[in-house]
Amino acid sequence: MNADIAVSWSRRSGLSLAIFVAASLVVPVIASNYVVSTLIVLLFSAFLGQAWNLMMGYAGQLSLGHALYVGLGAYISGALFVQYGLTPWVGMLAGMAAAVVAGVVIAALSFQFGVSGVYFALLTIAFAEFARIAFNHFAWVGGSSGLFLPVLRLTGNDILHLRGSPTMFYYILLALTLTSLALSNLLLRRRIGFYWRAIREDQAAAQAAGVDVFRYKIAAVALSAAMTAIAGTLMAFYDNNLYPNTTFGISRSIDIIMAPIIGGLGTLFGPILGALVLTVLSEATTNLSANFGIDGLKQWIYGSTLLIIVMLQPAGLWPWLRARLRLDGADG
Amino acid sequence: MSPPPLLEVEGISKRFGGLQAVDAVTFGVPHGTIVGLIGPNGAGKTTLFNLIAGASRCDAGAIRLGGVDITGLRPDLACEAGIGRTFQVVRPFSTLSVIENVMVGAFKRTTSPVEARTRAAQILDRLGLAAKRSAVAGTLTLPERKRLETARALATRPKLLLLDEVMAGLRPAEIDLMVRIFADLSREMGIAILLTEHVMRAVMALSHHIVVIHHGKKICEGPPASVARDPRVIECYLGSAVEKP
Repeated sequence: MNADIAVSWSRRSGLSLAIFVAASLVVPVIASNYVVSTLIVLLFSAFLGQAWNLMMGYAGQLSLGHALYVGLGAYISGALFVQYGLTPWVGMLAGMAAAVVAGVVIAALSFQFGVSGVYFALLTIAFAEFARIAFNHFAWVGGSSGLFLPVLRLTGNDILHLRGSPTMFYYILLALTLTSLALSNLLLRRRIGFYWRAIREDQAAAQAAGVDVFRYKIAAVALSAAMTAIAGTLMAFYDNNLYPNTTFGISRSIDIIMAPIIGGLGTLFGPILGALVLTVLSEATTNLSANFGIDGLKQWIYGSTLLIIVMLQPAGLWPWLRARLRLDGADG
Repeated sequence: MSPPPLLEVEGISKRFGGLQAVDAVTFGVPHGTIVGLIGPNGAGKTTLFNLIAGASRCDAGAIRLGGVDITGLRPDLACEAGIGRTFQVVRPFSTLSVIENVMVGAFKRTTSPVEARTRAAQILDRLGLAAKRSAVAGTLTLPERKRLETARALATRPKLLLLDEVMAGLRPAEIDLMVRIFADLSREMGIAILLTEHVMRAVMALSHHIVVIHHGKKICEGPPASVARDPRVIECYLGSAVEKP
């Protein structure tokens, strides 16, 4: 097996990627509203998975509190829009800045005092929960009764204020997901990517080989938090309503980590494949249990399917699929 | 007056609870030479290595490399200063390929992936790992992992290479190969080497100078032939003779 990532892609892999991208571009033109809204869920999951994967899959730092960054991105841009009419693109930058500061503070505190592994993960949960409770009591953003964004009746799409059709959100999310894929691919091939993977494998050995472990771990957290906050902003403007208990909730954090784990931790296409499998599975089981009228059928099938995937392919579906399709690619 | 040695270790000490692991040890490693650090198990060799490489902090004393004080520097900064180390228990980046492992080290001196790859390939060639360059590091045999460990350290362009029992567990033929590699490295690249080793045939063949420590204290030093005859060394390895009445 060849684990060498910097070998250039074969024509076969390039062609597969091109077909995939072309299909993604055409879909909203021919698909129903239901399909487009399902694909939006898929893209949110893929993009968030990509962001989380940078931190856990590559740099090996487990976060179970990524809802914190979603929430900051969502609430800050949402509140600035509701209160001052500020364009979400500026609000997004403010949200990203807040998420980066929060992430860096949590990470710097942990790493400075040698908190790592599952203890670091517990700390990330604690801060997300802290934010959830704080925002429940934060009247300026609506507290526990929620923050609502005005839904304007528009004929066209207003990209500046992110008011528009699901198709608009679809294309924005598609662009973001592909950009995050390209960014991950670029970083993996550069020094920072090598350093992250070295840190993930053995921190002491990485340090002895000259890696400033603290600095590169912080960089991974900052980048992951910033990307996650972008998704948060889009979520706020797509859903138009925000509640602290769901936006900052632990179940959101768990949802984020599912796609990369099912798809393949530390692989480029894992989060996308994982998002595809999870979304299709979720929709299919929902429809199935609606047809049969049996409560809990969805959860039962969904849960056991995930269990089977994790048991049969603990490294995720992408490494398996890649071998099947005889693709090479930039995955360690 | 002779120039000061590349590495100067001056009266360094380290205590772990009730154990004085390293006790006021002083020695030097001159430019381009190979110095062997020997002593029975538990003598404090690995602790001494950790102190020099910055993995733990000295309680007292000073360490200088090329005249620059490196006492208490973080491991990555000690590496930056010119110290390359291997670990007694090998620590490869298991899921990375062999060449990627070495590239991590090479990135200490360049940000260019192309340059790092070229440099890593040269080093793998030198250590006889060229054929394994694309293999996943976790699949290597122990002798190969030991060479990979050395390759990764070499890629950081050290002035001083610390080798912590890289010959342990190797067969005699493999040991001879390693001895040849290190002798060449030192001669051709001018790298100074400090090595700890239990394999005496390697230590005696390689070292220009040997430092013996026992219970954390330096008990003697000198050229290999004289150290091997020193009664204090024989005593610490074999125990003293029982005096007959």
